[in-house]
Amino acid sequence: MTAIQDSALTHDDALHGHHEHPEWLAHHFDDAEQQYDAGKFGMWMFLVTEVLFFSGMFCAYALLRNRNPEVFEYCSQFLNEKLGAINTGVLLFSSLTMAWAVRSAQLREYRLLIVMLGATLGCAAMFLGVKAVEYSHKWELGLLPGKFYVAQLGGHSLEHQGYLEYLCIVPLILTVSFFVYWIYSLVTKSSFHQQVAGPLFVAGLCFFGGVGLGQMLEAQEAAAHESHAGHEHAGHAHTEHTDHAHGSESATEATASLAGTASISETGLGPSEDVKVMKEALTTPNVDVNQKGMAGLFFSIYYCMTGIHAIHIIGGMVVITWLITKAARREFHEKYFGPVDNVGLYWHLVDFIWIYLFPLLYLIT
Amino acid sequence: MQFPLADKVQAFAWFPDGASSFAPQVDWLFTFILWVCILFFVPMMAAMVYFMWVYRERPGYRGSTEALHNTPLEITWTVIPTAIAVYIFWEGAIGYLDMARIPKGTVDVNVTAKKWVWAFKYENGGENSFEKVGNADMPVLVLPVNRDIKLIMRSEDVLHSFYIPSFRVKRDVVPGRYNYMWFRPTKTGTFDLFCTEYCGDNHSNMLGKVQVLEEEEYKLALEKAVQEPEDPLERGKLLYKRLGCSTCHNAGSEGASGPGPSYNGSWGKEVPLETGAKEIFDENYVRNSILNPQSQARKGYGAASPMNSYAGRIKDVQIDALIEFMKSLQNEAPRAK
Amino acid sequence: MSVVDRPIVAPSTGEVQDSPEHHFLNHTHGFLSWALTLDHKRIGLMYLVGVMSSFALGGFFALVLRLHLWNFKDSWLTNQTYNQVFTLHGAIMVFLFIIPSIPAALGNFLLPVMLGTKDVAFPRLNLGSFYLWLTGLVLFLTALSITGLDTGWTFYTPYSIETQKGGAVLAATFGVFVLGFSSIFTGLNFIVTINTMRPPGMTWFRMPLFLWATYATSIIQVLATPVLGITVLLLAAERMLGIGIFDPKLNGDPVTFQHFFWFYSHPAVYIMILPAMGIISELMSVHCHKGIFGYRMIAYSSIAIALFGFLVWGHHMFTSGMADVTTIVFSALTFTVSIPSAIKVFNWLGTMYQGTVSLNTPMLYALAFIFLFTIGGLTGLPLGALATDMHFHDTYFVVAHFHYVMMGGTLVAFLGGVFHWWPKMTGKMFNDTWGMVSAAIVFVGFNLTFLPQFVLGSRGMPRRYATYLEEFQDLHRLSTIGSLLLGSGLVIALIVLMHSLFYGRKAPRNPWGGATLEWECSSPPPHDNFSSAPTVGDPYDFSGIEYDAKQGGYVKKA
Repeated sequence: MTAIQDSALTHDDALHGHHEHPEWLAHHFDDAEQQYDAGKFGMWMFLVTEVLFFSGMFCAYALLRNRNPEVFEYCSQFLNEKLGAINTGVLLFSSLTMAWAVRSAQLREYRLLIVMLGATLGCAAMFLGVKAVEYSHKWELGLLPGKFYVAQLGGHSLEHQGYLEYLCIVPLILTVSFFVYWIYSLVTKSSFHQQVAGPLFVAGLCFFGGVGLGQMLEAQEAAAHESHAGHEHAGHAHTEHTDHAHGSESATEATASLAGTASISETGLGPSEDVKVMKEALTTPNVDVNQKGMAGLFFSIYYCMTGIHAIHIIGGMVVITWLITKAARREFHEKYFGPVDNVGLYWHLVDFIWIYLFPLLYLIT
Repeated sequence: MQFPLADKVQAFAWFPDGASSFAPQVDWLFTFILWVCILFFVPMMAAMVYFMWVYRERPGYRGSTEALHNTPLEITWTVIPTAIAVYIFWEGAIGYLDMARIPKGTVDVNVTAKKWVWAFKYENGGENSFEKVGNADMPVLVLPVNRDIKLIMRSEDVLHSFYIPSFRVKRDVVPGRYNYMWFRPTKTGTFDLFCTEYCGDNHSNMLGKVQVLEEEEYKLALEKAVQEPEDPLERGKLLYKRLGCSTCHNAGSEGASGPGPSYNGSWGKEVPLETGAKEIFDENYVRNSILNPQSQARKGYGAASPMNSYAGRIKDVQIDALIEFMKSLQNEAPRAK
Repeated sequence: MSVVDRPIVAPSTGEVQDSPEHHFLNHTHGFLSWALTLDHKRIGLMYLVGVMSSFALGGFFALVLRLHLWNFKDSWLTNQTYNQVFTLHGAIMVFLFIIPSIPAALGNFLLPVMLGTKDVAFPRLNLGSFYLWLTGLVLFLTALSITGLDTGWTFYTPYSIETQKGGAVLAATFGVFVLGFSSIFTGLNFIVTINTMRPPGMTWFRMPLFLWATYATSIIQVLATPVLGITVLLLAAERMLGIGIFDPKLNGDPVTFQHFFWFYSHPAVYIMILPAMGIISELMSVHCHKGIFGYRMIAYSSIAIALFGFLVWGHHMFTSGMADVTTIVFSALTFTVSIPSAIKVFNWLGTMYQGTVSLNTPMLYALAFIFLFTIGGLTGLPLGALATDMHFHDTYFVVAHFHYVMMGGTLVAFLGGVFHWWPKMTGKMFNDTWGMVSAAIVFVGFNLTFLPQFVLGSRGMPRRYATYLEEFQDLHRLSTIGSLLLGSGLVIALIVLMHSLFYGRKAPRNPWGGATLEWECSSPPPHDNFSSAPTVGDPYDFSGIEYDAKQGGYVKKA
């Protein structure tokens, strides 16, 4: 960092003329307004590129759904709308805290600023925690992308590894490190370090809060399915069950009409058996969706979209952490709050993309 | 519509002789575009050279710094090219619509593309024969002259593209779907067929011949196409080409020298496998290699382009014929990889 | 009318200096001062070295191909090697050379100076773009050394999904992904700079046309490249995870890949040509000592080309089996893009009319551009017209067409620009006679290489063929001889430039008599370009500019 600043600053003062550039005003800008305008415009440009980046995947989603709508109906049963709704609420709330943070930066309310940034970070971490549970639960069922997809049996048997422990390793290490950092900051009585370590540690805890919440709700789901599994699937309408149960019933009826059997579990296919995609069958309705080229394709899109979205959340968390360090150094004020504002813009976009993902993936039936 | 000097230039430039009903329209449009280009390009370059000379920097000469606009001129050179462009587009589009709208009552041929050989199946169930051209065996597509031909094309593996320059037709062959194409050959003769979508190692060897015949000769050729020879050895020789083995494996003095191992001199001998084990090159080995090739890849061929299985596409009697063919090669000298 | 309010003052003596002792090249010393520089001029020079090296590498592969094609069969490469060589030639040239060349090398150097500012809006992002480019280069070199990249630069599925386990395809796709972001950030930087950092008086229509061209290019870079990013990412996911979107074995569609790919790659060719056209506008006006003919039309046509360019990607797929309506609409839109380009060429010729034409190296390259780009553009007509495209698609006709526009167009303009701004960037004059010799040899060699290929294509020779029918051999041999001549011309150009670094005389501030802002500062410019925001006039007003024999350059008479 210093080498860069050096090479930017080492030239004769004579060339400066009468400009005095405060530290927060970059050297090549004439005034604060230009710096702010440039930064904001730059961030909007970047957001446009992000929208185009995601649009490729939305296109792929549209193409597949248009061609094989029954695949989407079938697969929606595997997505837990409660968890999706919670995540949506969490992200919306984090947009609120982020916007509040911008205001605090403008008003030099540094404690509030750090609290708001920390809250945003915590919400993001909780989002990721819930996501981790969702992913691992799907992996337990064998709902993997594309060619790794495992055809589903009726009882939602959890025969595979979920790898939840592995997903939690890095967050655990980070949380522990932040805890140690926090203790260190208390010991050294450094106000700066305390202000940075505190939110980070809280965020780490929020991740595991999300995991816990996710586990709880998935367990509720599983219990609901257990009691459901006891009945015959074909042609019942259970009004107390949510829509995804209907989804699985219609898919069941679909396969029943093709295979002439009463439930999915009687297709006679084990989890490791290869299922061939019939070219002629592609144009007929009610084709068997429980296979790699169908449901597998849906989950490919699901993992790509939510996965790349999650990567953007993580990126945002890194940048928010950077903002917290700057806030702890009291660097923002009414003429210089661009970084907070622009990171806020980015964060709102990440939220916005989720607002589209949620109904498209979770609320299909 | 003949343009000046067209026939003199024909032999050395531009297109091979047109042999389909589309050729006159395509050739005419191209020649029209060519003359439009010449009528623009030559004066423009002449102006450029002229300006270079007349306005060159020299002592005593000073050019103007004005002359920056000429609205009538600018409008003219916007409107006229636009009109010409629209016309060219129009002619191109209607020519294309002729090619895209498939008439009724066509003679249908099923075309299957796979790396790296074309296979044709006629309406009577017959399949294509091969013709030796140099060292290569090219599949031959026989067609009747002056009849509408429709091709129903599919690929078994990657993208290919079916191109007959003399007919001015081309269509990609896409795996996972059927693409259609039609044309009417107007001259008898033999014409080149190319694969023109890059498809891997031997893309440039994926050639063919199109033979356009008079009606009676065509009927005879169709009858011959249905037959596979009775004699197993002869049958094996034909299948070796027809099923595409020759595009990767050398046999006798024919066929490609890679990426697959040669059949020469292998029969009855022990051959080393990628796994380190050794197998005897016998009936079982051959059968297994055809139906499940990856399970016993030969040593040194593990990283090569993988061979696809023929399971579901080959009959047992055909495997027997191929075995006979390979037995016949046991005294041939193995060709180096 | 004065252009700069306060002249550039040397720090030590206070005099205005044409060739100062203290400038951006020797402002600070040491490897780190370059590796961690935020100076757009240094970043531009580093890019220049990088893209020229990539061009040499891609050109080497081109010569390998042409030498192999001397014989119609049994030549010195195996089919597999040939396929890898043409893939690398294309990928290196497109992604490492042509797309970054003018914007990143010349644009980075010139944009702030021409605009009248100290630097681009985000200097650190600029350095980041450069390192992303370097990372892309490393990934490509990795793909080269692993070998096995034989998909063509277009990566069509399903072949690109199944070919060669071993990582070369993944290395190359990640390389493309990273290079894409380098391009995006450069474009983003330029758009923000031009929008927010113009000095007082620099209205949109007082900007030099090179900046208009750069702005239009940046729009494309920002909007189109993300789609390439997601496309190659999905391709990588196909190979690693078998997601199935493009794989027919998993119910995917290979033609979808083509749509995604060309949605970027067609606008990409406008990223390649628009900056080149910007350079030609500058070269023509300066070396004809006359304002550009039809300034506004050229400015508008740049934006029009950028926007229309997004609508025509399907013309790469006319034979793929798209619906008839789709195909026809794409053909119609393709013709709309041709008109603005034609207008530009007419305007450049109009600039020569009644001007004072200086014949020197940059001008010769500019004239060569007009000749070669016109042929390239005109040969696009039979490709855009559907009936004829059925015959020409995927043949050598297409190969010749795009080499005429990309090489005869962009490369020639790039060379012209490098020669034109070389005195400004390095402070040295080059040997003009030998520079003109290089232009002439490049011109002749290029035509000899690629004119025969039009004939090859129309006679039916498909592209990407390692072996071919004997009847095509004579034309191929002509083309190979041409390529050797072309290579020699390029080597001569390089030698001329390198020689000038050691033996060239010191360059004056304004060797050619330009009226844009970059000719107001010293050659090379000082670290900060301008000490305060300059006031701006007409960038093409040559009325006050005259040659001063004592200085060896042009000066402004008031």
